[in-house]
Amino acid sequence: MTAGSGRLTVAVVYPDLLGTYGDGGNGLILARRASWRGIDVDLLQAPSDRPLPAADVYTIGGGEDGPQVRAATTLHEEGTLAERVAEGAVVLGVCAGFQLIGRSFPDAVDRPQEGVGLLDVTTTKGTGPRAVGELIAVPVPDAPRTATGERLPRLTGFENHGGVTRVGPGAHLLAHVERGVGNGGGDGSEGAWCGRVVGTYLHGPVLARNTALADLLLGWALAPPGSPPGAAEVLEPLGDHEELALRAERLEAVDASPGAGWRGRLARIRGPR
Amino acid sequence: MSVRTIRPDPVPARPLRSSAAVLTVSAVNRLSRALGRGSGTVAGGRAGLLVDPGLLAVLADGHLVALVTGTNGKTTTTRLLAAALSPGDGAPAPVSNDTGANMPAGHVAALVGAPAAAVAVLEVDEGYLGRVITETAPEVVVLLNLSRDQLDRIAEVRMLVDRWRTALAGLTPPVAGARGTVVVANADDPMVAYAASTAPEVHWVGAGQVWHEDAVGCPACGGRIEFAPDGRWACDRCAFARPDVVADVEGSDLVLADGARLPIRIALPGQFNRANAAMAAVAAAPVLVATGQARADTGLSTALDRLGGVTEVAGRFSVISRGGNPVRLLLAKNPAGWTAIFDLLDETGDPDAAIVLSVNARTADGFDTSWLWDVPFERLAGRSVVATGERRLDLAVRLRYAEVDHAVVDGPTAALDHAVSRAPEGTVVEFLGNYTAFADLRRAL
Repeated sequence: MTAGSGRLTVAVVYPDLLGTYGDGGNGLILARRASWRGIDVDLLQAPSDRPLPAADVYTIGGGEDGPQVRAATTLHEEGTLAERVAEGAVVLGVCAGFQLIGRSFPDAVDRPQEGVGLLDVTTTKGTGPRAVGELIAVPVPDAPRTATGERLPRLTGFENHGGVTRVGPGAHLLAHVERGVGNGGGDGSEGAWCGRVVGTYLHGPVLARNTALADLLLGWALAPPGSPPGAAEVLEPLGDHEELALRAERLEAVDASPGAGWRGRLARIRGPR
Repeated sequence: MSVRTIRPDPVPARPLRSSAAVLTVSAVNRLSRALGRGSGTVAGGRAGLLVDPGLLAVLADGHLVALVTGTNGKTTTTRLLAAALSPGDGAPAPVSNDTGANMPAGHVAALVGAPAAAVAVLEVDEGYLGRVITETAPEVVVLLNLSRDQLDRIAEVRMLVDRWRTALAGLTPPVAGARGTVVVANADDPMVAYAASTAPEVHWVGAGQVWHEDAVGCPACGGRIEFAPDGRWACDRCAFARPDVVADVEGSDLVLADGARLPIRIALPGQFNRANAAMAAVAAAPVLVATGQARADTGLSTALDRLGGVTEVAGRFSVISRGGNPVRLLLAKNPAGWTAIFDLLDETGDPDAAIVLSVNARTADGFDTSWLWDVPFERLAGRSVVATGERRLDLAVRLRYAEVDHAVVDGPTAALDHAVSRAPEGTVVEFLGNYTAFADLRRAL
């Protein structure tokens, strides 16, 4: 928790620039899930024209090409985010937010732009059609485990991007694509992580459909100071019957859709490239 | 506004292919109706375009055409503009795609069989503006607003802005004795302002824009758009700023550049409908003057008088009765639209009215429901809320995190009955649906 305050602080980074795809919901979901467990939470909407506040968890959402460049430049120049990550802050980057916490990403006219460098991933523009549709990905065996040591269940969400993200040796794959495109580039990977920084292409928002991931991020943020990076506080269950119903309905809808067979596999092979 | 006389060009004989296409449209529409598959307008239009891909241009030729586009308010503004342009003296009323079929197939359907002298008022999907401008050579193009909607199809608002800029840059300005195009654009939306700034002749209207979340990044330079409390805006880095307007919406008045005030008296509820009415009136005025239906100084007031009588638009804003309770039917498709409807509930509704929310995610709605998290559902806290529609589970999760108590009911009429059965006798129940969810309810009633 934020040093000395006894409260958990969740910051939605630059909703004025990176608020296009509903990913601000991730911040709300984390804040509510903490407060429902009796934890005092501050949920901050952190606009791009003010210094980034200190927080325990930062969520960074999707956005359009121009605002994405402005967000990356501003975050890089003001430096708070990298400092906070070095001190153990948790970061969830989605889509444009995933790309810009990496090493570099393309702008609207395909010039490479410097990212914030929290994750060793590099994004280039795909040559194929935009990846748009439901995305299901199975966390890889060495992806982060829940507080009780279990593997995260399948991840479900909606992707909408034209980037190809390659994961470098300094970061780890998050999941393998079962349906959809994910990182693109033909290796069937989706997302990346390193320490307490997680990047993904899943909108939905991702934490609405994947509450196990939400609680893992919260568990990291609530772990006692000095814990190893993978250690997560065990949190009491919240029931989640509505989230689980939504999750089941989405997974079933995708399994039943016509792209489930060879078409889907072909789309993954082709990717945005 | 200058007076000009618009004489439709003589209609040339149609080429054989187009005549065959017209016959196809009618035949498919008859078949569709006979099979009970709805009015068949879109099916007929599609079939006609298959026979002759240039059919829209052929049908539009000779008509005075007004186009209406934007993210929100298209159908309503099209209806209001058609009302403003209705002579009501036995002359043909405007033809219009008034059911919301706003792609070329819908335009073809609206124009097939139109009387030669009829004005065409066409609602246009944002993504088709360029093509429809090229094919219909409109006299007026109305640009309402641009915000996130159906991002799985449109991808990014700024991509759409660039396409509009290209389309509008090719317009010919109206000059004495020749046909040309006037653009009527909302100066309060920076995305619209940037798009319309390529057009040679723009009448800017300060129609208001509640939703700024997609317009903070300057579309011209990537700087930051600063919004002042009075609605003016400017980029902090380049010269891009709110253009000077011919008219401003202030509350329920239309205030002209010379300070004159015209009351906007309309039967439709809500501030956003007064804005739609203002856009329609400014678009209609020069046409009314040019066609001799009004003088230069009475064009706007004539337009406002005529459109004031519109009470519902394809069922939207209509009130039906269900189990002894009135039910108001409202449509909203995206965060800006839902926010405007919540404003409308605050302005005109009973603060305790039960609410039924219905959301689908079909092609016309967009497949991605993430936008629900940009809608301020927190404003419904304390009300009785029922979630329904094909994506009621997405709604339920969103409402849970908004801490709004809710029931989840499968089926729009069952949801309505659930709400009515729990509402005090005689109190209004508000039904809010997105595009196909709204259509589902109307079909079911």
